[in-house]
Amino acid sequence: MRLTVDGQPFDIDADPDMPLLWALRDLVGKTGPKFGCGIAACGACTVHVDGQPVRSCSLPVGQVSGAVTTIEGIGTADRLHPVQQAWLEEQVAQCGYCQAGQIMSAVALLDEVDDPSDADIDNAMGGNLCRCGTYPKIRAAIRKAAALKTARL
Amino acid sequence: MASVGKIARRTFLIGAAAVAGGVAVGYYSYRKPFPNPLETDLGKGEATFNPYVKIGADNTITIVAPRAEMGQGISTTLAVLVAEELDVGLEQVKVEHGPASYAYYNAAILEEGGPFAFFDESMTAQAVRSGLGVVGKFLALQVTGGSASARDGFDKMRQAGAAARHLLIAAAAQKLGVAATDLETANGSIVHKASGKSLTYGAVAAAAAATAPPAEVRLRDRADWKLLGKPQKRIDMLAKITGAPIFGIDVRLPDMLYGTVKMSPRFWARPVKADLAKAEKMPGVVKIVPLETNYGHGFGIIAQNTWAAFKAADAIDVQWADPEYPLSSAAISEVLKQALGTKGSVMRNNGDVDTAFADAPRERVIEADYAVPYLAHATMEPMNATARFSDGALDIWCGNQAPTLVRQLCANAVGIGHDKVTVHTTFMGGGFGRRVEMDYALFAALMAKETGGRPVKVTWTREEDMRHDAYRPAAVGKFQARLGDDGMPVAVDMRIASPSMIASTLRRLFPSISPIGPDKSIVDGAYDQPYTIPDYRVSGVAAPVSIPAGAWRSVGSSINGFFHEGFMDEIAAAGKVDPIEMRKKLMAAYPPAVKVVEKVAAMAKWGEALPAGKAKGMAFTLSFGSWVGEIVQVADTPAGIRVEKVWIAADVGTALDPGIIEAQLISGAIYGLSAAMGQQITFADGMVEQSNFHDFDAMRIFQCPVFEVAILENFHKMGGVGEVGTPPAAPALANAIFALTGKRIRTLPLSTTVAFA
Repeated sequence: MRLTVDGQPFDIDADPDMPLLWALRDLVGKTGPKFGCGIAACGACTVHVDGQPVRSCSLPVGQVSGAVTTIEGIGTADRLHPVQQAWLEEQVAQCGYCQAGQIMSAVALLDEVDDPSDADIDNAMGGNLCRCGTYPKIRAAIRKAAALKTARL
Repeated sequence: MASVGKIARRTFLIGAAAVAGGVAVGYYSYRKPFPNPLETDLGKGEATFNPYVKIGADNTITIVAPRAEMGQGISTTLAVLVAEELDVGLEQVKVEHGPASYAYYNAAILEEGGPFAFFDESMTAQAVRSGLGVVGKFLALQVTGGSASARDGFDKMRQAGAAARHLLIAAAAQKLGVAATDLETANGSIVHKASGKSLTYGAVAAAAAATAPPAEVRLRDRADWKLLGKPQKRIDMLAKITGAPIFGIDVRLPDMLYGTVKMSPRFWARPVKADLAKAEKMPGVVKIVPLETNYGHGFGIIAQNTWAAFKAADAIDVQWADPEYPLSSAAISEVLKQALGTKGSVMRNNGDVDTAFADAPRERVIEADYAVPYLAHATMEPMNATARFSDGALDIWCGNQAPTLVRQLCANAVGIGHDKVTVHTTFMGGGFGRRVEMDYALFAALMAKETGGRPVKVTWTREEDMRHDAYRPAAVGKFQARLGDDGMPVAVDMRIASPSMIASTLRRLFPSISPIGPDKSIVDGAYDQPYTIPDYRVSGVAAPVSIPAGAWRSVGSSINGFFHEGFMDEIAAAGKVDPIEMRKKLMAAYPPAVKVVEKVAAMAKWGEALPAGKAKGMAFTLSFGSWVGEIVQVADTPAGIRVEKVWIAADVGTALDPGIIEAQLISGAIYGLSAAMGQQITFADGMVEQSNFHDFDAMRIFQCPVFEVAILENFHKMGGVGEVGTPPAAPALANAIFALTGKRIRTLPLSTTVAFA
């Protein structure tokens, strides 16, 4: 089975029922997406398939035909995505475990809506759980990211 | 094959590999120090000055921050303690967790272990504190907990930085042939202003480290702090926003196998009958092994990938033995209530409570029964560990709050000496007390014995994690107050019953030790509050329920903050006294407490009229040395009660990093609000009923209130910050709901009584 992840092709030998998350983590070697719940209830595993945010823990890899983008594919330490840049400036992360998923949801939100309202943020981010309670900073960082994106255009 | 050390160094920012650690300096040096663990694994050209500082010839400066980074920012703050005195910027240093070593014992965590309130500065209390600090060294526990890391590191890590700087200057003076007093330091270099000559730290590190540390070093005055006291950029932020492989669950080693566990859902119970055949035949399954530990019994599943292991675990058909504890939550509650009726340990006893109530007019007495449920930690990163057992040596990678315990218990479990175990402590996807437990490490170590030397990464499912915790114990409380003519309380009697967290922890970690004496954690947050009431008694009873109980963010104060402050609000309502005014009067002997209450009231504009359908509630808890007041504002909405706004004022004595402290106070409050609003662990048929975030959820972004925080520094002793935001959150919310609805809720979670938006 062939998967395209962060722009690169990977040939993997996986049970088609295996969730995309475990194919990424154990077979492809992309550990950015995190295992949190296995039932699409926490959002830690969020990746994009053809630009759409999906919970990779509950999506069988056999059903994935599009290009997969993980946190490792949206930016690097040297070239941060505007959302990552905003996360850095707002010092969002505490334990950091949920943040890859949070950032992937925020990137997808800002791809859809340039200047999201509080309700837009609530809707897009409600599926991403954070046990450290970084929500106030996440909200501030999304606003900052929206401004950064506009500035970069 | 790359060496494990290399892989680990590549993979983790901190904590990897058998890097190193060592000698206490400054006033600790009069005691026999532990050896510097950094000395045994220095890189080429690297020199170490003490367990906290390594400097390479290339001027790479490494600071060891030997506490668990579970989100609280401690790796940053501890690094700053050293950097401040070493006179280097945070961006100039590498920060590592370092190895498991007794050199990194936590003295502060035990200092407050005696039966004295934080504000008790009597000679007895102080003597016990200093005695317990010595015990801390004797036990040499490298533990992260008790909101004690910054307090523990404050002197010794600054001294480590100062001592290293002193030696570097002396070595530079010798090399340049000038007086040490004519030298200054800046950006990792030593500068001779008069001649313009300079040397990097790295250029003199080897020579400097070879000389004896000074007997005493002078620390910078607070007015001269460059880094401390100011918000710093966290050293772990970049890794955490780029998906870097920094967590235990991200460990990848050559030839690695994967695994999971299926442990008895009835604690301590053994399998009566098990059919492994179906699971063993499933694709990708390598081996299924029995696990027998002090944490319980069950099976370890070793497979080619995690998913195969999960599926096989599901397919194991087991019948488990009956539990030794009551089967249902109702039956457990009954045991707690019965315990409440028995004689407990009195931990506070002012005046003569029995007499005060004996002649009290009935209309002057109020009574209330409180209850809180068991709670899971539910860290975002499920429990996991990676272990490799080859050539008689064990390497173990995991996020953990107690590396020397991991070393000790894993060594015993696989039957080797402690010196054959290397613990690689990774970043933690949440801890909250859960990762002070050892189960995940023990299971991985035992499974690694079965793989012929191949490493195995053992990841628990969320369901396994939720159902095998060391839970915040359930508790019940009976509260009585007698009001005076002015509505103020003149007598209070508080009784709390809860399973003993200490006894439970000993059973898991040190089953040969019997607990002695009362468990202070049962009454923490109730007996040690800065209120003066003439007749004031607080007693605790350990209830005999053997469901694993452990440290959950703020421990006993998470229970008693709710009980004590809920009841104080009841007293104020019954006496028709404003809750803020009542506290100011009762706390008059403790000015820092009064200032906190005044501050939080001013921030929230307490007393000003609110629109209909909105109300505020307040609570105060002194815990882990910090004085914290919180006010919660709620609103009645068509969808239910909405938590709109939270104000927090906290006196932490000395604020080392206001940015991190503010984040921790908010984090602690959200953790407490999450539990208060909707969390409970219940039991049926001896098993935990909840399994995942659908039935044990936490606050979501759309429920999150707006926060406003003030950090005060009035008290002369430093307090902790990691846990102190949690205790007042639940009572402030419940008190706000009372103000809004007139409904007094004495049982958590609140969602069993009211609906939240």
